[in-house]
Amino acid sequence: MSVLVIAEHDNAEVRTATLNAVTAAGEIDTDVDLLVAGSGCGGVADECSSIQGVTRILLVDDPAYEHDLPENLSPLVQGLAERYSHVLAPASTFGKSLLPRVAARLDVQQISDISDIESSDTFVRPIYAGNALATVQSTDSVKLITIRTTAFDAAPTEGGDAAIEKIEAVPCPALAEFLGQELTPSERPELTSAGIVISGGRGMQSGENFAMLERIADKLGAAVGASRAAVDAGYVPNDYQVGQTGKVVAPNLYIAVGISGAIQHLAGMKDSKVIVAINKDEEAPIFQIADYGWVADLFTAIPELEAALDADP
Amino acid sequence: MKVLVPVKRVIDANIKVRVKSDQSGVELNNVKMAMNPFCEIAVEEAIRLKEAGAAEEIVLVTAGIRQSQETLRSGLAMGADRGILIETDEALEPLAVAKLLKAVVEREEPGLVLLGKQAIDGDNNQTGQMLAGLLNWSIGSFVSKLETGDGSISVVREVDGGLEKVRLKSPAIVTVDLRLNEPRYASLPNIMKAKKKPIDMFTPEDLGVGVAPRVTVLKVVEPPARDAGVKVSSAAELVEKLRQEAKVI
Repeated sequence: MSVLVIAEHDNAEVRTATLNAVTAAGEIDTDVDLLVAGSGCGGVADECSSIQGVTRILLVDDPAYEHDLPENLSPLVQGLAERYSHVLAPASTFGKSLLPRVAARLDVQQISDISDIESSDTFVRPIYAGNALATVQSTDSVKLITIRTTAFDAAPTEGGDAAIEKIEAVPCPALAEFLGQELTPSERPELTSAGIVISGGRGMQSGENFAMLERIADKLGAAVGASRAAVDAGYVPNDYQVGQTGKVVAPNLYIAVGISGAIQHLAGMKDSKVIVAINKDEEAPIFQIADYGWVADLFTAIPELEAALDADP
Repeated sequence: MKVLVPVKRVIDANIKVRVKSDQSGVELNNVKMAMNPFCEIAVEEAIRLKEAGAAEEIVLVTAGIRQSQETLRSGLAMGADRGILIETDEALEPLAVAKLLKAVVEREEPGLVLLGKQAIDGDNNQTGQMLAGLLNWSIGSFVSKLETGDGSISVVREVDGGLEKVRLKSPAIVTVDLRLNEPRYASLPNIMKAKKKPIDMFTPEDLGVGVAPRVTVLKVVEPPARDAGVKVSSAAELVEKLRQEAKVI
């Protein structure tokens, strides 16, 4: 057996989701290759060569792979996949866009978003927004799998010594053209890998009010998230959304502010280690899963919390 | 342009699912079913394209048990023109559905296939991508904005870091995200009219597609329960507990 992990990166640096996928790969077999496909991405391959648990880096540097287009990457991964027993990618928008296309072309039924590995062919995955856990066994000869990143620790980025092997690009049809992107600028940690997350819901009432949460986040080194209601109301960009259809997070501390706790939202955060809920409605469902609940008006509670964090312990 | 919209019948999004005591799956008997919410967004977008003159005909397709006709009828009541039911009692995996849809695409030759990005039962998020792979068509997944052009379709995708704009060569596959639109409710006259709209019936055998499952479900269980903790009454108390008791800050 050997495992291929598809690295997610932006041609400058590797994304942490890749590190979670490497850890999952290591639970299947010790022979783990990492595919770094991009344009001008040699630095990413160098960076990845020190990730613990990676045997070999496959580097393919070609303009066709600059923008993660699944139409372009799919023939490359398809060609490599048959040499491996397993092909893994993070269950991020990158992995979700690419891997099913490859699976279909290989006539393989992909296993999505696994949260546990029982054996080389048996995996656990949440279904129905995490309201049930299915244990499934694949009968395909090659297993294509996306990894729930919060369920696997990030592999250490130092101590590894993987060889870098350059491989050739595979011709691809010109089906799609990348026109541009608007990335949400943030100085804070990435939502899915942050140790602390503070999220706001519809109770925040406006995008401006999220500044209150940002001040707390900066004191705690936290990422800022939001419920679907807050995103739909236009308070914050879509990539803040935590939930079944947004991002899944599992930090050490999750602080839910003005979030009622719809099933959809709970699916994205209920595996957090410690949950704090601040809401003025004491009947809000979020309190049923919160370790610490504070029934209070957030507009007085959050400034008080900020002051309390400043006070000496 | 003809638009094909695959739709799925799932447990109504507002119903709390129950795991069967024999761990074989989730209870579906006597449970309210509805169209997958992301499929509704896809149907709505197709209707808007037709209303804007960019689409001539909207064809819905679903695969599953006979009762899945109800899901087609609710999409026809929203404004789609006709339906196709691929009837089977087999529990269909995304790859099997993608193969069935490929066969339908080859018969219907649509310029655009609009699907929900995922179904809220299996949460697989695969079918549209797989269909694009089987057809070797372009795909825009997680789409929150869509514009049809001459020989191409431009989409805005909701990706992890923000938004991305891609131009897709037609014919194309688009999987829709939440913020693309707000689906309409069907009016009573339209519900009546939908009863007369045609639904063609096929079986997987008619289409020459094998749908045997590749993945065996060994068991389905409830996730570990999480209990409510304690209430605090001040910021100082909360911070003290997070520092001393939980030790997370």
